Amino acid sequence: MTPVATPFFFYLLAAIMVIGGILVITRKNAVHSALALILTLLAQAALYLMLYAPFVAGVQIILYAGGIMVLFLFVIMLVNIDRAEKERAFNKQWVIGSIAALALGGLFISVYVKGKAIFPVNPRPGAEGQNTQAIGTMLYGQYMFPFEIASLLLLVAIIGAVVMAKKRI
Amino acid sequence: MHQFVQYVLSYLSSDKTPGSAGNMFWAFVYILLIFTGLSIAVIAMNWLERKILAHMQVRLGPMRVGPHGLLQPIADALKLLLKEDIMPAEADGFVFWIAPLLVVLSAFTVFIVVPFGPTHAVTDMNIGVLFMLGVSSLSVLGIVMAGWASNSHYPLIGALRSSAQMVSYEVAMGLAVVSVILMTSLNATGTGTLSMIGIVQAQQSQGIWFIFKFFPLGLIGFFIFAVAMVAETNRAPFDLPEAESELTAGFHTEYSGFRWSLFFLAEYSAMIAVSSIAVTLWLGGWLRPFPNFLSGSVADLVFSLFPGITFLFLAGMCFYSTARMPKHPYFRIQTLGLAGFGVVLGLIGLLLFVAPVRERVQDIYWFSAKVAAFMYLYIWYRGTFPRYRFDQLMKVGWKVLLPMSLGVLILTAGAGMLFSMGK
Repeated sequence: MTPVATPFFFYLLAAIMVIGGILVITRKNAVHSALALILTLLAQAALYLMLYAPFVAGVQIILYAGGIMVLFLFVIMLVNIDRAEKERAFNKQWVIGSIAALALGGLFISVYVKGKAIFPVNPRPGAEGQNTQAIGTMLYGQYMFPFEIASLLLLVAIIGAVVMAKKRI
Repeated sequence: MHQFVQYVLSYLSSDKTPGSAGNMFWAFVYILLIFTGLSIAVIAMNWLERKILAHMQVRLGPMRVGPHGLLQPIADALKLLLKEDIMPAEADGFVFWIAPLLVVLSAFTVFIVVPFGPTHAVTDMNIGVLFMLGVSSLSVLGIVMAGWASNSHYPLIGALRSSAQMVSYEVAMGLAVVSVILMTSLNATGTGTLSMIGIVQAQQSQGIWFIFKFFPLGLIGFFIFAVAMVAETNRAPFDLPEAESELTAGFHTEYSGFRWSLFFLAEYSAMIAVSSIAVTLWLGGWLRPFPNFLSGSVADLVFSLFPGITFLFLAGMCFYSTARMPKHPYFRIQTLGLAGFGVVLGLIGLLLFVAPVRERVQDIYWFSAKVAAFMYLYIWYRGTFPRYRFDQLMKVGWKVLLPMSLGVLILTAGAGMLFSMGK
């Protein structure tokens, strides 16, 4: 099926993501921030769908919106909200903050200006039906070694968590 | 106008789902049909659950509203709609308001990819199973939000229990699903699929339901999923988030009226959704039973008569009950109503015997029949098993189901390797 109203959906999702991101840092209540972050992640998953990457979108929903954010909320709900609301949400390192923001903004502007030279104008997206299979063959063929290293890293993290949580093993 | 008719008719000759064919009209029709069917199924489940539980406990169950309490769910729905909608004074208004909506949305959205037949699905996604698992795991967010926003102790404890439980059981569930995805790749091309329709077609082409594949590996994987799905939907014996004796009603204690009924609707449609994943992955989806043992045109004909026979049987039960109704004039309207219901069921049954209808409906019938068996199991569990304690629940999830599913996954991969080497 050919895509319908692509620019409209792109700008809609991008607007949702930007608004969600702003809400994450401006809400005083930590639970509201987490919910805004979930909104941003969901909109991001929809953007992946628009880029013909359904597998990445599905994994994004399962892992980030479904798994990690639930644990996040789990922890935040046990925090004393009344005290957290009185604390300042922004710290005073505005010099470093503005330098970082300027650097990031400069990067964005340079990409915007030079973008047509860097990126192909009309990249042919892979067939939607082949996306999952392509990721599978790449992960277990071409990128086998980095994949294994990443999984080893996760294993170390799991063992570290067990060691830290348990006094006697 | 003519163009529109052309557009509508052009789908009928294609053998794809409306989503794959890109036909908006039929996709909309399918969405409406599924939504209506699901709502009717939830209403029927409400009545059946109360009736069956009552009979398991040697009670009668609802008997007053309509013949054999058949109109009880409608009376309940009316009551819930008219009830005052209370929001606790200290509640977080927006989150409290959006939580039931999120739960209902996630419970209904998953039905986009459920394959009721080779073409009877709204769309066929390349990531079907992932989509279903992902979107149904979003419902836990709604539950957690509801529990937190109520600003009350019981709901918060219920919500925390629910999130801990769902995160634990999702792992075992996912690994059991992966073992099925491995089985789908045992074909000539060697590539598996995540599409729901593709999984059923893989079972068709391999000539075996995945529950029997590599016996007993498929069966164990199915068992793990069947346990995890009860835990995922917060039903007895894993209904700790809403344990009545400890938490009054768990995460929805503070909800009333229409908002509460949304949680109810979502719970039952989520039950139907996970059952349909189980049916699609292990029990051959829309395929009829005994495809190898009883094959041939005669068996095909006999099995295609089943939908009609089922409805005629239900009609017969209605007439039997009509004859047994008390003869007092007080019951006259109820008796007439039951007889009328039987006539309607009988007419639907006769319609299902017509050859073109029969051929189109039998896929949907077998799928629904398999899902209905799961729904009966849910009620049966609730009637027989005592509730787990929370530490027992965690122990079952992490120390029994997770190692089992890892073992099944590794053994399935090994068996698949041996199988494809032997070819």
